[in-house]
Amino acid sequence: MTVVPDTGQVESVAALRDQVVAHCAGGGRLADLSGTALDDGLLITAQLAGPEGITTLDALVPAGQASYPALTPLVGSAFWYERELHDLFGVVPDGHPRLEPLIRSADHGVLPRHAIGPGLFTIPHGPVRSGVVESIEYLVETPGEDIPHLNMRLFYKHRGVATRFVGLTPADGVLAAERTEGIASVAHAIAYCQAVEAVAGADVPWRAALIRTVHAELERLACHLDVIVRLADAAGLAVAATRFGWHKERVLRLTGSLCGSRFGRGVVVPGGVGAAPLIGPAELLAAVGELDRQVGDDVRLLMGTASFLDRLRRTGPLPSGRAAEHGALGPVGRASGATEDTRTARPYAAYVALGVAVSSREDGDALARLEVRVDEIADSVHLLRQAADELAETGASPLRADCASADGRAVGWAEAPQGEVLYHIRIEDGLITGCRGRSASFHNLVLMHEVFAGDILTDFPFIEASFGLSIAGVAG
Amino acid sequence: MWALRGLRDGVLTTRWPVRPDEYASATRGPATVLAPTARGASEADVAGLCPTSALTVTPSGEVRVDQGRCILCGRCVAARPDLFGWSAGAHQAALSRAGLVVPGEETPDTLAAVTAGLRARTRALRRSVHLRHVDTGSDGSEEWEILALLNPVYDIHRLGMFLTASPRHADVLLVTGPGALGMAEPLRQTYEAMPHPKVAIAVGTDAVSGGTVGPSRAAAATATGGVGDIVPIDVWLPGSPPSPFAILSALLLALNRLPTGSVAAARTGGGR
Repeated sequence: MTVVPDTGQVESVAALRDQVVAHCAGGGRLADLSGTALDDGLLITAQLAGPEGITTLDALVPAGQASYPALTPLVGSAFWYERELHDLFGVVPDGHPRLEPLIRSADHGVLPRHAIGPGLFTIPHGPVRSGVVESIEYLVETPGEDIPHLNMRLFYKHRGVATRFVGLTPADGVLAAERTEGIASVAHAIAYCQAVEAVAGADVPWRAALIRTVHAELERLACHLDVIVRLADAAGLAVAATRFGWHKERVLRLTGSLCGSRFGRGVVVPGGVGAAPLIGPAELLAAVGELDRQVGDDVRLLMGTASFLDRLRRTGPLPSGRAAEHGALGPVGRASGATEDTRTARPYAAYVALGVAVSSREDGDALARLEVRVDEIADSVHLLRQAADELAETGASPLRADCASADGRAVGWAEAPQGEVLYHIRIEDGLITGCRGRSASFHNLVLMHEVFAGDILTDFPFIEASFGLSIAGVAG
Repeated sequence: MWALRGLRDGVLTTRWPVRPDEYASATRGPATVLAPTARGASEADVAGLCPTSALTVTPSGEVRVDQGRCILCGRCVAARPDLFGWSAGAHQAALSRAGLVVPGEETPDTLAAVTAGLRARTRALRRSVHLRHVDTGSDGSEEWEILALLNPVYDIHRLGMFLTASPRHADVLLVTGPGALGMAEPLRQTYEAMPHPKVAIAVGTDAVSGGTVGPSRAAAATATGGVGDIVPIDVWLPGSPPSPFAILSALLLALNRLPTGSVAAARTGGGR
């Protein structure tokens, strides 16, 4: 968590762009680019991640100025961020290569189903797709089997999450954060609350940090198991899909037995956690042990099922160079050579003391993404055991620090199952005046454009599942 | 190998609703009113407890919870355990929007009319029923809970229910999300494409009322205060998200297939 000091230093977008370019050339990554409408213009805020942490830079597009020099031609990872700025604030990034509506469109009826070359046609998937999935439209351009180009349109389910926060108290804001990306409620709540706590200067009690960690790891288990269910389902492995569906159900029930909500909602509050777990550490430990035994058995069988692994090997490859250039997050990044995990790079909650084993692969294909998740499932179990042991020793110590409302800006983060979640929050007169929650899903989904080299239509469900993202976190 | 593995743990499937299920009975539902009269609590005190404006006090001093607005944050239960508590059990859906306000104001006559109307339409939907889902801006958790109905614990295939890709084959429409502008037309078209008779279920507080992302909060992005403004809704199911058992109960309620005893206990009978 970093408090953003009020230096009053606001530069031109051109100067900001130079700093971002220099930062990325030096091995850092662009973690976020967002806008805030102010009286004197549009404030563009960049979050830069590097070994030294997160650095926040501001630049102003003065009122009355309709455009600014685009970052995208020099920093490719700004591609979707600048389209988002254009959708939400109407400002034009000059020189942006493709300024089509992304997350918000004035006219939802128009369908530019263009194809980019001769002999290609477009297969529209969505926004109402087969199966129970979130609304998104994939425009698959294909000559028949290959997928030379994919276009994604996310604006169907745009809810205006960012505007939702404005005017709320920091205590109410966490309810909105939990519902920004519902399958990663805990990670969003932690990142949000850590930003609020940084502003207030509150220190989360150790016991609360442990409880947060327990829920964050259960959430990781549920999400990773969900990815396995989808992959097994795509491969037609009915028994495997059923078995892992059962394991996922048991994780959700365990979460529910700890706090009453199957998604861990209401647990994380500014200053700590809302209540002590409804079951004791011993019961938690027993449930985790049982889960570990059965999930472990099925994972071993799955990772030895050749017909399944063959569908994933060399499917949807993301070259490590591209992953590094884009700053790919979470399992998608770590399957392509990245080694950054927010839990070790910038530790928070109980991760400051618990040992996290970061898993990484070089191949970058759907199999590597699965292998990273399989490693993380084992590590989550290990972390849950450590946290439960620690909880047994802490006894009835406080659960919540005083988190009196203070004004200021801060950035908070957490490692969601999908990757790093970043919250940038601004509090004035005790109320939220700006809150930007950037999900890993938003940052990573754009990379799906690039991973269809050599893959065909039937690989699509594997690639989509292996990314393991949530559209709610992308469309905002 | 997988065939053997499938046999390892025996039958995991619940017998609910024919037999009771411990987890179904313990499922936490929206907040409910324990003591209808709020002694020593002003309207402002009570209403101020709820971040989604689900609480009201009538002029005669009676407390009401609109469960269609409840996101289960638990603020009211924590602050006034004398007035509010959690509802429990799978039966959380109602056949009218007003039916989600507790204590209920519906007269048996209006309820009977709504019920009879739905029964007349769903009489043909026996045995095999096909479900279609549309997301209008959910947070993603409702989809997980609907999908859970396919896992071996709930296994809706045993009840003759199947998910279908095509609205042309669908009898029941499950709608999640608050009705985002962009999804209004796709939702309308999906509903229109379904053959008669058809039933639409609003799944989750977002779908019922717009939930946290309601029209008062983010008017620019959501067209509606819930999906009822876009297509006619027959069954209203609150929850953030509703649990798989609650979704299953809503489906059975829509099809008039809840066992008689549990219908009396269900919210439509008012006896909770």
